[in-house]
Amino acid sequence: MNDSIIKTLVVSFMVCLFCSLIVSYAAVSLRETQNINKLNDQRIKILKTASIYKANIPIEEQFLKLTPKFVNFSSGELFDEYEGFDIDMYDPVYFSKQPKYSTPIPSKEDIAVIKNKENIGKIYLLKNQNNQLEKIILPIRGYGLWGILFGYIAIDSDLNTVRGLEFYAHKETPGLGAEVDNPKWKALWDGKKIYKDEQIQLKVIKGKVDPSNILAEYQVDGLSGATLTSRGVTNMISFWFSDSGYKETLMRLKYDG
Amino acid sequence: MMGKRYKQVLFRPLIEENPITLQILGICSALAVTSNLSVTLIMCLALTAVVSFSNLFISIIRKHIPNSVRIIIQMTIIASLVIVVDELLKAYDYETSKKLTVFVGLIITNCIVMGRAETFAMKEKPLISFVDGLANGLGYSLILITVAIVRELFGYGTLMGYELLPLISNGGWYQPNNLLVLPPSSFILIGLMIWAIRTYKKDQIEVNDFNVSPHTTAPDLNKRELNV
Repeated sequence: MNDSIIKTLVVSFMVCLFCSLIVSYAAVSLRETQNINKLNDQRIKILKTASIYKANIPIEEQFLKLTPKFVNFSSGELFDEYEGFDIDMYDPVYFSKQPKYSTPIPSKEDIAVIKNKENIGKIYLLKNQNNQLEKIILPIRGYGLWGILFGYIAIDSDLNTVRGLEFYAHKETPGLGAEVDNPKWKALWDGKKIYKDEQIQLKVIKGKVDPSNILAEYQVDGLSGATLTSRGVTNMISFWFSDSGYKETLMRLKYDG
Repeated sequence: MMGKRYKQVLFRPLIEENPITLQILGICSALAVTSNLSVTLIMCLALTAVVSFSNLFISIIRKHIPNSVRIIIQMTIIASLVIVVDELLKAYDYETSKKLTVFVGLIITNCIVMGRAETFAMKEKPLISFVDGLANGLGYSLILITVAIVRELFGYGTLMGYELLPLISNGGWYQPNNLLVLPPSSFILIGLMIWAIRTYKKDQIEVNDFNVSPHTTAPDLNKRELNV
């Protein structure tokens, strides 16, 4: 009786109908909370990079301190309007995968091994009460050992001193390369300088930095047992602060005051 | 009489009939999600919820499931439950769900869930099936939590994120064991646990499928070379 064709079809259909109703109800009713989580996850990282994150204040409120700007990599221009995109929702990483909004990087220049770069990036400015620039937060990414590391770097108003570094996604080896998330290591970046006479000098070196070295403020301790991840981070810095990255933008900000 | 049966169903899967150490089921997630105790706890909760409710729902409709499509129907119910659990995690514990990545979704293919549905829920009444699912979920959790405690404590020097053994790299004295940080260490730990349980409970030791004949020796390669 149970195995008649009619019963098989009816039971299968009923089970599928019932299950799909439950699944779609769960997906639709929870979507909004999920999207907020996703957005806040990024925002927390950005706030942490800027060292202004406080756990007890709503994230939306804290985030108002930061001004997002679109950035044109080749001219260094900062602007607020770009083809009608909502600047709060614009995701440079997503647009780097859309052929219409991105450009392939010639392999010679692609030191961070990211293949495509979005035409228009997005950065954040942190200003103080007098509307003066305090910090600037730049998204960076580049290949480590197992995959691309995605993160943010904060630069002081002198446009040369690092004030913070955070990664929000990576696939590095736990205990070795994944130590890029170690707060002790991230703290080493505070105060390091990027450019020396307009040339990028900042590097993650092998072993510990010798404080007596004249280049000490351009060097960060390597992650032990993670040479390739350390090199990946160096390459990432070299790429994003070069002419194809944010160099023009930083120059422009410097001259505009 | 009834109480005794429930007790048996509830307690036997913890050690005696543990799905991981006796049946060696569901160990892939034991490798992947045991490097951090708080993540492991969420995974255990997710699996226990899925296996309990899949047992319950399958048992409720067990008399109407046509034999020819029973596995597909079980799968549909399990998969729906897993998706609901995954969506709930993404909405209410985003941090952990980010760390669990695909492993919540992979509960669908966890043999414990399917195994309990097929061997227990298809034959027994709903309530006791629910208890059976719960018990097997707890048996799975017991092993995973033990593995996670060892891995997090000796691999990172922390438990639930609190530093217990200060690491040398953070100015302490403990040199972490890097093997424990990597997934294969769970295999070794689970192997040791199986060994310990079977030393204590000898009836779990399996009979050899075949015996190697005692007189078989490996061919002596040197001799053969001389002959040639």
